[in-house]
Amino acid sequence: MTYLAKPKLLRTDAPKNTLGYTRRDYEGAISTLCAGCGHDSISAAIVQACFDLDIEPHRVAKLSGIGCSSKTPDYFLGASHGFNTTHGRMPSVLTGAALANRDLTYMGISGDGDSASIGIGQFAHAMRRGVNMTYIVENNGVYGLTKGQFSATADKGSKNKRGVVNSDTPIDLVALALQLGASYVARSFSGDKEQLIPLIKGALRHRGPAFIDVISPCVTFNNHPGSTKSYDYVREHNDAVNRLDFILPRDQINATYPAGSLRRIVQHDGSILHLRKLATDYDPSDRVGAMNHLQERHALGEIVTGLLYVDSSAEDLHRHLNTVEKPLNQLGDAYLCPGSKALDALNASLR
Amino acid sequence: MKPIQSSNDFVIKFANVNGSGSASANELFARAIMRMGVPIAPRNIFPSNIQGMPTWYEMRVSAAGWLGRRGGCDLMVAMNPQTWDRDIAEIEPGGYLFYDSTKSQPRSRFREDITVLGIPLTEICNREYTDPRQRQLFKNIMYVGALTALLDMDFAVVEKLIADQYRGKDKLIGANVNALKLGYDHARANLSCPIGLRVERSHGVGDQIFINGNDACGLGAVYGGATVTGWYPITPSTSIIEAFGSYCRKYRTDPDNGMARYAIVQAEDELASIGMVIGAAWNGARAFTATSGPGISLMQEFFGLAYFAEVPVVVFNVQRGGPSTGMPTRTQQSDLIACAYASHGDTKHVLLFPEDPYECFTLGAQAFDLADRLQTPVFVLLDLDIGMNDRLCQPFAWDDQRRYDRGKVMSAEQLEAGKNFGRYLDVDGDGIPWRTIPGTHPTKGAFFSRGTTRNAYAKYSEAGTDYVYNMERLRHKFETAKTLVPAPVLKPASQPTRYGAIYYGSTSPAMAEASALLEAQDVHVDTLRVRGFPFADEVIDFVNDHDFVFIVEQNESGQLRMLLINEGEVDPKRLIRVLHYDGTPITARFISGRIADTLSTHKVTPIRKQVAS
Ligand SMILES: Cc1ncc(C[n+]2csc(CCOP(=O)(O)OP(=O)(O)O)c2C)c(N)n1
Ligand code: SF4
Ligand SMILES: [Mg+2]
Repeated sequence: MTYLAKPKLLRTDAPKNTLGYTRRDYEGAISTLCAGCGHDSISAAIVQACFDLDIEPHRVAKLSGIGCSSKTPDYFLGASHGFNTTHGRMPSVLTGAALANRDLTYMGISGDGDSASIGIGQFAHAMRRGVNMTYIVENNGVYGLTKGQFSATADKGSKNKRGVVNSDTPIDLVALALQLGASYVARSFSGDKEQLIPLIKGALRHRGPAFIDVISPCVTFNNHPGSTKSYDYVREHNDAVNRLDFILPRDQINATYPAGSLRRIVQHDGSILHLRKLATDYDPSDRVGAMNHLQERHALGEIVTGLLYVDSSAEDLHRHLNTVEKPLNQLGDAYLCPGSKALDALNASLR
Repeated sequence: MKPIQSSNDFVIKFANVNGSGSASANELFARAIMRMGVPIAPRNIFPSNIQGMPTWYEMRVSAAGWLGRRGGCDLMVAMNPQTWDRDIAEIEPGGYLFYDSTKSQPRSRFREDITVLGIPLTEICNREYTDPRQRQLFKNIMYVGALTALLDMDFAVVEKLIADQYRGKDKLIGANVNALKLGYDHARANLSCPIGLRVERSHGVGDQIFINGNDACGLGAVYGGATVTGWYPITPSTSIIEAFGSYCRKYRTDPDNGMARYAIVQAEDELASIGMVIGAAWNGARAFTATSGPGISLMQEFFGLAYFAEVPVVVFNVQRGGPSTGMPTRTQQSDLIACAYASHGDTKHVLLFPEDPYECFTLGAQAFDLADRLQTPVFVLLDLDIGMNDRLCQPFAWDDQRRYDRGKVMSAEQLEAGKNFGRYLDVDGDGIPWRTIPGTHPTKGAFFSRGTTRNAYAKYSEAGTDYVYNMERLRHKFETAKTLVPAPVLKPASQPTRYGAIYYGSTSPAMAEASALLEAQDVHVDTLRVRGFPFADEVIDFVNDHDFVFIVEQNESGQLRMLLINEGEVDPKRLIRVLHYDGTPITARFISGRIADTLSTHKVTPIRKQVAS
């Protein structure tokens, strides 16, 4: 019941980040999703990632489409502005918001129906435009909110609750994002917070379109034996290419790994991604290699997870448009209005 | 048949082939007349095609300054063999035909009751020029030269215009002036110049400027403080964005580092363009899009979101006919209903109706203040006629003391001081709530925007009482809007009358002229130009103060009439339709004819005596 404010438990020993905020300061209203829904775990991972990164909640704008997944921005970062837009069209609204103020952090939350079915066009174009954002699809292979119809990510041959078999070819949003120019592409599983939290952190610190496909089982409509988006199936077929450790510039690096299995990537803002390789031949800076790997494993029925691709020198939409450093929404009249003198000169040229 | 004699008052029409370079020659000719101080009103009639199809440039020359389309044609410049027959047929009895006489034509292809003026343009060009491109371009300039002689215009004026146009490219000036002179001299030597139609120097133009409505809208958006636009190309609105872009490059490039104080994104479709605009406006930037009917249809769901989430967006709709294959290059006022009630679930929107480029600029800029003040979408409804044709209008003006009205935006200081913030709470009694811009305050003022499943504090709620509170507040907000939209413009007849006429937008010049025609026939009609929706009280009062009111529109279903009946609850029987919707701009002859006919044949009798006040 989200209209009830969450009780603020005054635990004085709750850990605080460098801003003096506790984890609770990153939470939102109480979730109304089904108990056990994968989406809630993703919200929790977002809370943890933002807390760990010392992000000021009010400097985040969270936008979503329509669906159970798209409801979740209400359940985290209660001190951030949020916008529950229309079904499949969040990417354009987020793009506009990002144009208006380049200084905020933009988080787009969507579902597989929202992004791969009705919204595939907007998904694609936001990626190729290079919008600076963290875009998370909470992928359960069904329409949860409208009660269990197949979405465009449902695997061919997968069964819904009533035993109907899906005969359409699935869309792999990770493959699409790679092809369309997203500069940070990852897949994870809502049940694996150790993998998910660092991936979200890396995405939040990335400049450019960062996309994470999070398999997130729908316990009510798609967690049965015939489903490839069920907890059991994902656990059994998860093929992680790497494990990510996210390190802020100020953090001490104390983890030690066998040489050769570690890859270090420095992002624009100095944050460091440490990738512990699991697949020895996997190179996350090789877009084509990532696409191949994805397809090969898919043919074997495996779900590739981890950070699949990152381009740490990517540029974003603002760079392409050459917009001023100061956010457009903060430019005053004097910067925007050319005034009467310019108008008089223009009039003269129109006679 | 006596040839038409008229000074500074006639219609000249150029029949050309699309893509033949005629447009700039025709415009040169138009500007020359204007430089002689004589008002003109040119109109492009063009197909939805880039090359090879017929196009017409119809120009009214009017000492009296009537800028509406007159209809008919006194002098046809027939440069397109494809349309020859219909072009000849269109000439008024006693009118003139100018044509390229290189190829001889049988007598049967002309008319007895017109004056035929032939010059072998192609022959002269082939003799003078070798390059095929030059032959084509200079043929156009040559007919301008010939017309300069035929209409007794000042050669030096045209010469100077060419010099102004090609300043810095002296070679081009010489070549163009040469072609101009070839035509001029040939006409003087071989035809009897001048003909009965003449251009004489006058002072009718004054300090007016000559610009099209789309450029003016783009400029209005710059002056109105817009920084973000998402858009998708569609005729006839595209040039609004092009104009916005070029004015931004001129006025909004940071002098220190060359960076842009604006962002223009060509979206993948109209859903994305309006989505971007809503996102930017939600985040505190002034944002707009420009589109036409088909785009408006695609944006419907988003208009509803912007209405209920109360996001201030501006939409320029340059109206045209029908669906995607529906006369995209013809003019209409047929999207009023589609915009006034756009989207689902009891929505209603603010509309503005500019009459000319001057108002495209002023109302275009004002639209951003209105959107911010009312926190709602504002539609600026123009049409192809004013959008894509250059029109004389009063010069643009801007008061440097004016500051943008950003409406009720709560600042960090106000939040810090403990001001009560409820995103959808009516604290001031005008139906308009306060909003916060994302990122304002660390702990106060954040809210979650969604449709209507929320209470006045933007907290999730499906309670009927919360829904009703919200809808009543929105209705109240629209009452407030009535007082903020631009007021209607009343022009009383010379004598008290029971009859009125209501019109809007591009109908304006034709209506003004129609009034004069009617007055001359002793028919008196008060007129009221509506400039905004929801209707100000004066509009409904005007209807109530007259027994019958003609509603003059350029659509088939009488859309403003429907709005008046619906919103003003006025008796439909008293609202008489005057509808023009063939895709060409409405004319004074049409309006005055319909009104005079109705009044004489129908013999309207008052169904109600006027209440003395
Ligand atoms: C234009 C439009 N069409 C249909 C719907 C109904 N609808 C709401 S949510 C939804 C599917 C959501 O699926 P998904 O994005 O996968 O989210 P999930 O609930 O599975 O998290 C649909 C079809 C709508 N809200 N808007
Ligand atoms: S229906 Fe499925 S997706 Fe929706 S809340 Fe329940 S478990 Fe989650
Ligand atoms: Mg889903």
